[in-house]
Amino acid sequence: MSVVATSSRFKDNAHRALGDGQLQKALGNVRHNFIDRRAQAAARLPEFDALRDQARDLRDHVLAHLDIYLDIYTQKVTAAGGHVHFARTSEEACRIITDLAKARGAKTVTKGKSMVSEEIGLNAALERNGIEAVETDLGEYIIQIRGEAPSHIIAPAVHLNQEDIEHDFRRLHTWLPKDRDLTAPESLLAEARATLRAKFLASDIGITGANFLVAETGTSVIVTNEGNGDLTQILPKVHVVVASIEKIAPTLEDVSGFMRVLARSATGQDMSVYTTFSTGPRRPGDVDGPEEYHVVLVDNGRSNMLGTDFQEMLRCIRCGACMNHCPVYHAVGGHAYGWVYPGPMGAVLTPSLIGVAEAGHLPNASTFCGRCESACPVRIPLPKLMRHWREREFERHLSPATVRSGLALWAFFAKRPKLYGLAARIGVKILALAGRSKGRFAWLPLAGGWTKYRDMPAPQGQTFQAMWKSRGGAVR
Amino acid sequence: MSEARDDILANIRRSLGVSADDASRRQIVATRIATAAKGLLPARGEGDIEKRIATFRAQAESVAATVARVAATADIPAEIAHFLRTNNLPATVRMGEDERLAALPWATTAIDITKGPSDGNDLSSVSHAEAGVAETGTLALVSGAHNPTNLNFLPDNHIVIIQAGTVVPTYEAVWEMVRARYGKGMMPRTVNFITGPSRSADIEQKMLLGAHGPRRLHIVIVG
Ligand code: SF4
Repeated sequence: MSVVATSSRFKDNAHRALGDGQLQKALGNVRHNFIDRRAQAAARLPEFDALRDQARDLRDHVLAHLDIYLDIYTQKVTAAGGHVHFARTSEEACRIITDLAKARGAKTVTKGKSMVSEEIGLNAALERNGIEAVETDLGEYIIQIRGEAPSHIIAPAVHLNQEDIEHDFRRLHTWLPKDRDLTAPESLLAEARATLRAKFLASDIGITGANFLVAETGTSVIVTNEGNGDLTQILPKVHVVVASIEKIAPTLEDVSGFMRVLARSATGQDMSVYTTFSTGPRRPGDVDGPEEYHVVLVDNGRSNMLGTDFQEMLRCIRCGACMNHCPVYHAVGGHAYGWVYPGPMGAVLTPSLIGVAEAGHLPNASTFCGRCESACPVRIPLPKLMRHWREREFERHLSPATVRSGLALWAFFAKRPKLYGLAARIGVKILALAGRSKGRFAWLPLAGGWTKYRDMPAPQGQTFQAMWKSRGGAVR
Repeated sequence: MSEARDDILANIRRSLGVSADDASRRQIVATRIATAAKGLLPARGEGDIEKRIATFRAQAESVAATVARVAATADIPAEIAHFLRTNNLPATVRMGEDERLAALPWATTAIDITKGPSDGNDLSSVSHAEAGVAETGTLALVSGAHNPTNLNFLPDNHIVIIQAGTVVPTYEAVWEMVRARYGKGMMPRTVNFITGPSRSADIEQKMLLGAHGPRRLHIVIVG
């Protein structure tokens, strides 16, 4: 796994993705499943939208008092017998964890799914120190053996089809008899389960992420469906939690409120199967659980986002709804975004974390249809934040001249949604032609490298919005 | 790494434009934690005990758990024997030293019992939950001297006993019970909220049960 960013090559990445038939087939699953399931889960809970407002307000409250909450959280973890380590950068975070592992003579580390561990490049750092890191979430395991990055924050292997996975298992699980039937997803799951069971039982250190960190009690919370995060953290002698600093929730009541919007937004479940609250190491008399408990809190650029236009991005609870609802993500998948975080949230977060020079193009990967914001459980104004990045990129003159002038034209339409819709309906071809003839629309939603194939102008002569409607999406 | 800690906290304050010795900000946070106020509670889980149990049961069954209800504690072993038989499982279970489990009339059945944490070779385990949450059919279990957490995850079949009177409307009601037992701001090492058996949809979005944890979750409501 590598965290080398290819975000600056979004356009090339997107082109390649559009020509990849297997990928396009797999992406159909995102479009069809996630959106419907979320809508059904929301409809089953009359309080859902009010809970989103509450979640947004609470995240804002936490961010405005983050220094104090981190202080209290740290004291509570320490009081429960745990250790808190602060890391300013990815390198610092990796060094803390590899040092912990080396000092304990660890050979094998099992890992629950953690996006921040992808962000800091933890697996590579462990391997460099001769420590085997085993991803245990089924999707993460699959992409790890393929040497890929996740293409989705909650469904890391969503870009793959069953045959891809069968092929990789045959290649790497050399102990498999030739006649073992792996053509059903059930048989692949059984194979992964058996392989990983042995890893869990042999692991020296279990590393998990955290969906929430509770200041009231010094508790880390993980939410999973498989149970891999739990086996990761209860079987080895040492449990290390790696989490970014903004994950704080004040109280257990506050976590409960977040739980009600997280799974519904993510997978359309009312509740994920396992929500686990861990506080410190095992207690005197406990018959199992880790003997040591460490939390590594990673800043990596987040404290700089506070107080800026991008503070709102730190409300994110990593549910994935924005990418599930994004027509650009549907078209190109997660790898085109070129770093750890894909989709609309990645388009905003990535430039904040790795810099506008590297990732400033990503906010262009948008049709500004607003679906991401309307699905976001903490109501992050993602289109507005992408627009902020575009303006910054514009001001910094990082854009080629043609993009700058095109941007002005695009902004004219973007600020006038009615006109944008009208233009898209009646003038798609004309605008596209105009754009092409002046060479100005290469990055833009109306005739961008990817929309050319997918959305506008659509081969059936429909506008994107009309197509979206016919797929069951509401037009705002 | 206290230098890193100080740097990060200072940078947060600088970005937010606040000072470290602003007592009013500290007060706001202290009050929020001290009161632990409940937010908006969904109506779905509310109602009298029978309504809550009906909701709990419907929710748990909707996520592929099976649910049985017995009239008295004495009926539990027979129900567990029935579950094992129905699923063609051997009559052996592993459990912790929990007194509530030890007190059951196991001798009325042919079930073999082993005790303590699992080494990964047990097919079935029995646990006692502290509460059930009606709104989503969720079980709440705690770790401790008598409740190995790994019994919730390693065996293929997890049988969980719950007293009817502990089926509460919301997660928040569980936190009230936890605070009453462990004290404000205190937690056992692990609290597990469990909603149905383990699953994964990582292969082409197809939902498969028994990813790493149990393939079956059987809930026995008592009373
Ligand atoms: S930005 Fe919103 S929708 Fe996207 S992952 Fe974060 S919380 Fe979910």
